[in-house]
Amino acid sequence: MTMNNKANASSSAGPDNDAGLAVSVRQVTKRFGEKTVLHSLDLSIAPGEFLAIVGRSGCGKSTLLRLIGGLDSVTSGSLAIDGKPVSGINQHTRIMFQEHRLLPWRSILDNVGLGMKGNWETVAKDALNQVGLADKADDWPSMLSGGQRQRVALARALVHRPRLLLLDEPLGALDALTRIEMQRLLESLWLRNQFSVVLITHDVDEAIALADRVVLIEEGKIGMNERVDLPRPRQRGSAQFGELTELVLNRVLAK
Amino acid sequence: MKEAKFYEPAIPWALPVLIVLAWQLASQSGWLSSRILPSPSAVVAAAWELSLSGELWSNLLASFKRAATGFVIGGSIGFSLGLLTGASRYFDLLLDSTIQMIRNIPHLALIPLVIIWFGIGEEGKLFLVALGVMFPIYINTHHGIRSVDKGLIEMGRVYGLSKWGLFYEVMLPSAMSSILVGVRFALGFMWLTLIVAETIASDSGIGKMAMDAREFMQTDIVVVAILLYALLGKLADVLARYMERKWLRWSR
Repeated sequence: MTMNNKANASSSAGPDNDAGLAVSVRQVTKRFGEKTVLHSLDLSIAPGEFLAIVGRSGCGKSTLLRLIGGLDSVTSGSLAIDGKPVSGINQHTRIMFQEHRLLPWRSILDNVGLGMKGNWETVAKDALNQVGLADKADDWPSMLSGGQRQRVALARALVHRPRLLLLDEPLGALDALTRIEMQRLLESLWLRNQFSVVLITHDVDEAIALADRVVLIEEGKIGMNERVDLPRPRQRGSAQFGELTELVLNRVLAK
Repeated sequence: MKEAKFYEPAIPWALPVLIVLAWQLASQSGWLSSRILPSPSAVVAAAWELSLSGELWSNLLASFKRAATGFVIGGSIGFSLGLLTGASRYFDLLLDSTIQMIRNIPHLALIPLVIIWFGIGEEGKLFLVALGVMFPIYINTHHGIRSVDKGLIEMGRVYGLSKWGLFYEVMLPSAMSSILVGVRFALGFMWLTLIVAETIASDSGIGKMAMDAREFMQTDIVVVAILLYALLGKLADVLARYMERKWLRWSR
């Protein structure tokens, strides 16, 4: 009896269903016409891992994210999420874009609950609460600041309890203070929810502050793969933090 | 900023009131013949009489029904075609240039043909109104759907919206402001077409009332008819504004 209950619990809402998804990228090449953006790229992401991808503009990092998200398809090679080949948009994957992409004609709460059915309002309110914007539920997106809009976009992504969260430079357009605030929020939500994260960023500091591992993409290939073994929450002022930032930054700037 | 004086709202009305007063004086003094233009008081009196006899209301209703029916027919055709060509490249290729060709024919130029086809009955006028209304709605719906932010559509797909969900949640609201611009243009075309059509050939409606009055030199009734058209036009505009306020609340 107890065994049964346990089995039921784990199949409905247990850790198995909520755990982060593994991603495996094998020999992936992506071409747009004549231009080859990704060259036989290999990359694995462990379940629950926070991976940051850095690189210069046009290095192919956003393209890789779009492939993993199922928005584009590979030219050759294979791509799997949780062991299953990627074909289109995965229902456990959510993407947060550089622009907030909120619907301007829907209230904040409606935006968070977009595409949800049933008793969505409580869930959406809860997600808004997690990003600290419960009091903005009835406002229009145009009434919020840039940072607040990205927080709403984050709530919208989290409300679906994604197992893989893809972040395409979502903090790129924010001011320095709002950015640090968002990074902390992101970290705490990730620690609490245990999904896998792929964060695209051009900010090395941000990558090292958040990620378990930092990958550098150069001209469509992996140029560097660096584990970040610093205790969380990470202190930007610490010596190791500085060394690691220096190391990655020098590598990014080398070419 | 200076504070608004209490009489400021009255200022825009000063000139119209002055003109009506001058007009009344000119008519009363005999300087302005009532065969050219009746006095304002005569116009009011004529309107009162016509409304008492019921003639005004029945004609108003006839014109309004015509306008509304033609608008609904032409509007829904223009809207559907606009959605179709805006959302699908294939239909755009197939239909758009044909529609643009037809659009370049001034629809009022068709009146002689329309009279031959339909006589002076209802169908001809509905046809003309529908044709006049269709194109502004078509063009603006097409444009509105075309200019939907691709990023929002992509977002909608990532967040699990169905085809219908994408249309209803993303494309239609996004195109709405453009569509409503089309509606306002269309309302203008609607009255213009109706006035011309009713004046040329009709057996009821405000235009018919004005043309009958012309035969007997009843300039007061002619002016009443003109004012009624102005009033209906204003009413349509108020309606369009109401729709904008209701559906575009988020943009204010």
